[in-house]
Amino acid sequence: MNASLIQNIIYVVVLVALAFPLGTWMANVYAGRPGRIFGFLKPIERGLYRLAGVDPAKDMTWKGWSWAVLIFSFLSTVVVYALQRLQAHLPFNPAGLPAVSPDSSFNTAISFVTNTNWQGYSGEATMSYFTQMAALAVQNFLSAAVGMAVMVALARGLSKTAKGLGNFWVDMTRSTLYILLPLSFVFALILVSQGVVQTFRAPVTAELTQKTKAADGTVIDTQTISVGPVASQIAIKQLGTNGGGYYNANSAHPIENPTPLSNFLQCLAILAIGAGCCITFGTIVGDGRQGKMLLAAMTLMFVLALVGATLAERAPSRLLHDAGATASNMEGKETRIGVDGSTLWAVATTSASNGSVNSMHDSYTPIGGLFPMLLMMLGEVVFGGVGSGLYGMILFVVFTVFISGLLVGRTPEYLGKKIGPFEMKMAAIGILIPCASVLVAAAIAVVAPKGYAGICNQGAHGFSEMLYATTSASNNNGSAFAGLSANTPFWNYLLGLCMVICRFGVIIPVLAIAGSMSARKVTPEGPGTLPTHTPLFIVLLIAVVLLVGALNFVPALFLGPVLEHVSAFRS
Amino acid sequence: MSTFRLRAGRKQVHLRAVQDSLRKLHPRVQMRNPVMFVVYVGSFLVTALWIQALAGHGEAPTGYIFGVAAWLWLTVLFANYAEALAEGRGRAQAESLREAREGLEARQLSEPRKGAVEIRVPATRLVKGDHVIVEAGEFVPADGEVVQGVASVDESAVTGESAPVIRESGGDRSAVTGGTKVLSDWLIVKVTSEPGKGFLDRMITLVEAAKRGKTPNEIALSILLAGMTIVFLVVCATLYPMSKYVAGATGLPNPITVTALVALLVCLIPTTIGGLLSAIGIAGMDRLIRANVVAMSGRAVEAAGDVDVLLLDKTGTITLGNRQATEFVPAPGVTPEALADAAQLASLADETPEGRSIVVLAKNKFGFRARDLSEMGAKIVPFTARTRMSGFDWQGKSVRKGAPDSVAEWVKSQGGEVPKECRALAETMSREGCTPLFVAAGPAILGTVRLRDVVKGGMKERFAELRRMGIKTVMITGDNPLTAAAIAAEAGVDDFVAQATPEDKLRVIRKHQADGRMVAMTGDGTNDAPALAQADVAVAMHTGTQAAKEAGNMIDLDSNPTKLLDIVNIGKQLLITRGTMTTFSIANDVAKYFAILPAVFLPLHKNIAMFNIMGLKTPESAILASVIFNALIIVALVPLALRGVQHRPVSAARALRDNILIYGVGGLIAPFVGIKLIDMLLVALHLAGVKS
Repeated sequence: MNASLIQNIIYVVVLVALAFPLGTWMANVYAGRPGRIFGFLKPIERGLYRLAGVDPAKDMTWKGWSWAVLIFSFLSTVVVYALQRLQAHLPFNPAGLPAVSPDSSFNTAISFVTNTNWQGYSGEATMSYFTQMAALAVQNFLSAAVGMAVMVALARGLSKTAKGLGNFWVDMTRSTLYILLPLSFVFALILVSQGVVQTFRAPVTAELTQKTKAADGTVIDTQTISVGPVASQIAIKQLGTNGGGYYNANSAHPIENPTPLSNFLQCLAILAIGAGCCITFGTIVGDGRQGKMLLAAMTLMFVLALVGATLAERAPSRLLHDAGATASNMEGKETRIGVDGSTLWAVATTSASNGSVNSMHDSYTPIGGLFPMLLMMLGEVVFGGVGSGLYGMILFVVFTVFISGLLVGRTPEYLGKKIGPFEMKMAAIGILIPCASVLVAAAIAVVAPKGYAGICNQGAHGFSEMLYATTSASNNNGSAFAGLSANTPFWNYLLGLCMVICRFGVIIPVLAIAGSMSARKVTPEGPGTLPTHTPLFIVLLIAVVLLVGALNFVPALFLGPVLEHVSAFRS
Repeated sequence: MSTFRLRAGRKQVHLRAVQDSLRKLHPRVQMRNPVMFVVYVGSFLVTALWIQALAGHGEAPTGYIFGVAAWLWLTVLFANYAEALAEGRGRAQAESLREAREGLEARQLSEPRKGAVEIRVPATRLVKGDHVIVEAGEFVPADGEVVQGVASVDESAVTGESAPVIRESGGDRSAVTGGTKVLSDWLIVKVTSEPGKGFLDRMITLVEAAKRGKTPNEIALSILLAGMTIVFLVVCATLYPMSKYVAGATGLPNPITVTALVALLVCLIPTTIGGLLSAIGIAGMDRLIRANVVAMSGRAVEAAGDVDVLLLDKTGTITLGNRQATEFVPAPGVTPEALADAAQLASLADETPEGRSIVVLAKNKFGFRARDLSEMGAKIVPFTARTRMSGFDWQGKSVRKGAPDSVAEWVKSQGGEVPKECRALAETMSREGCTPLFVAAGPAILGTVRLRDVVKGGMKERFAELRRMGIKTVMITGDNPLTAAAIAAEAGVDDFVAQATPEDKLRVIRKHQADGRMVAMTGDGTNDAPALAQADVAVAMHTGTQAAKEAGNMIDLDSNPTKLLDIVNIGKQLLITRGTMTTFSIANDVAKYFAILPAVFLPLHKNIAMFNIMGLKTPESAILASVIFNALIIVALVPLALRGVQHRPVSAARALRDNILIYGVGGLIAPFVGIKLIDMLLVALHLAGVKS
């Protein structure tokens, strides 16, 4: 067994082990007990409520929550849009970057507010320091906090001792103040120790040791190295499953991700809070076993996908194999990271709705690239985005509980609460919207000349590139397959719509379920109750996620990666 | 019901169902079921494509399009047939019931007194509060309460039970049902139902499944199915441009035809459960009716599957209902024979079942024959509720048998004393759940007779089953706590309420409901009505009072309190049948993908053939075989849908595992086998089209 494989095993073990203390602590934070070391933040929290005129003790209904989320997100979008359009007139723009185009600003605003962080632009060449910090980095925190707050509301609604869904503003504030900010602060310092840049200086010019000539014959002897407040943004980019890198090359960039340790920790940070959310959920609903069950189901799916993708990438691509080569598929991968390290990141970043990359997924073997795509198509429920992965998974749990409840002859119930037509309708909507969005957007792209004009490969691979983009946007992932030039009005608007519809098309049904379930009577557990924490239920849940989530994409995947894969065979 | 059950011949029922399935092709009927409506629209579309092909502009071979169109129509018809067949059973019953009610004439009285002024009116004109007289040979014109008279009534029209029952004014046997026939004597009945709202009318509505509303669980399942249908509609609709693009990029024409797309869609959407869903619901109600239980709503049947707590009356449900003498325990210095002899003699004047059981026990144990006390010239002292003793005085000798307290007092009045041993024994017997009776001759206590409640055979096992299913049983009894505890232990119930009043029942139900449990109970008396109204599943006995019947949400025509256990089973069976068919339906999709996708996309690359793991002959045969399998599986599952998937009394976790293995894993595998076989058959019949 080689070192990189051992590293991947350690990764999974550390991830699961970390989920327990982190998740328990987060549950305490939402209960208003962040721990003594954060005592100094309490006055700030209270001050914020007073400033905003929020009564922290006041519970909100699910409709109140929905409105709060919508209005908050709308205003955020407006701010991010405005800052991009006005950046030329704002401070901290040493490179003198001009205003961002309307369509790109629209797309980016939605992208960051919906925690997608799809980037159609090239970060260092488009956004001023001010835009990066005041617009994008702020949303890295807030959009993540929205996801976590909604998850907490759902957990409260399902809780056996449910009294209310809590208050959106309070949960938002606590997520940001006690969880995301301190974690990012510490993480940023660690990253700086590894050599990640943190500065407000203008780009640095370096002399090239090896001079080169451009195509037109001019000698190139210097290189401009973009710098900036990188570490702080990378910390939250990973922890908040945002994924929008400071640099266009994202975590493949040597300044964004300089050392093996920074690589391991950044990769761990992608899933840490998502995994912790399982335990937080279990604690809030008052049944720790439920949290462990979700963590086990997610970990199992993660490992399955990791093994599949690793096998595909370790093998030489078919063409290389036919040419007599035995090497793994290194195309599009950093040599310092290698195949296993890249595959781990690819699987982690698409399990979560992160989207950061340390290798180019476009260059994966067809089957190796299918796994990241499939993980997103499942609805980002394998760990998923912070908070959002968990509430997405609960929609599948509702489906699973419904079918298995019927199979044992009882009106289905989850956590002792009966699942009725209303919950079923909401779960169906929450699962249906991203599915339909992926397929409809891809179908629009293949018939619109402006859609398929953006791809650089034709045929099955080109189709995969477009499908990946609509999948990534519709599931609020934000990772790109590359190969698609998405910074065109067509793609910016299409993907922007996908992101906004799917983010709120899931959040509102989830909140509705939370609201109606919180009013349900709790049936005590007995031998007739279907246990939802057993290995059998885990297997069933995975089967439902795969059947309901993936069956819908089989034909599309057949036309993309599968067709590409079989075409590479010599018949 | 049994009287009607098989009146209509099997063949006729099926014939009628076939006619109905054609009638159900009306768009208004089809629209009610979103899954089958998609198939319906698809059938029209492919038929149009066939006509186009006939005109020479076909997108595929004419015969193949015709084959797909024909089997799509058959899919719709099969689903219609399943529903029609389920409805057909109910309809036969409804028609018989209607016959029983139609043309009835009533003899309305001006006042509730025999001999009052009579007018003849049609039964449909009777309103609540009218009085009618019914004499031997006449039919009771409407539901009502007997206010005068005693008569034997043939209720077979309603209950299917041919033995006549006694109906009399006052007490718990005063309710009569419209459509039943008075066999002897006469009754004056006060009408208690408004026209068109009587018991028969309700029953007719119930068995006529078409008028039945959907239950919450059925609605939730329909939403799930509709959701899946919409997703697959999007999948198939977007597949066309996607496939066109991918093929076009390599200079190929779009490999997918509309025919194939519709076939794929119909195979993917959950037609199996979609086609059988309403049949399953109707059949569930029908099973209940066959068990001779009339449910007032489908909701109650489903709720029965969820019951957590069963409140059971001890008498009649758990025990046979009568205490019986099982032992003679003589006092010190008395022979058992002397005790048995005295006890038998003292009981001859006691006509209660308890008294009779003493006579029988003495005869069985010691061969004593019953004697005629009056012939012997003895003075009989009959049993009264006040004295709680019976006995006789003969030749200066007085013998009494009765409740220990009463006999002890009587002994004292005779100048005697009750031995300590006897008192202790009586205590012990009570604790063991038995009823002790003292027998005394003059001042001397002869001994104690042990009376005990005999628990019905098999009850302990049934309660153990219920416990495994997670259902708690609570025994309700008027006995003292000691007796109640002993019977509860013997019968194996989980809990009991002793010395229960009707208010206690209500309190127990409310307490369990407050804890979030679903409570079921049976009842027959008017004083049960509040509890029946409170319970989630309330089964009223048909012999019970009108008030009880109105408070309950089910009526057991057999008036058998043990029926509650069957009702729980039927409720669970209904849900399980839906669950298994849904699982099966979804699991089927995997195989259908393997059959259809390689067939459709083969033109894109020859290596795609590697996915044709079933080795289906041609793309046409693959698609046709999938559609045929999809249609035939509906027919194949009709019997199971109507009969219901068996519910076994095991824990939820176990039941889940078993059903997943059978219907989930089975659902994955079955279509691979089925589609392959149909493909082979198509090849053998030379219907597989051109080999490509």
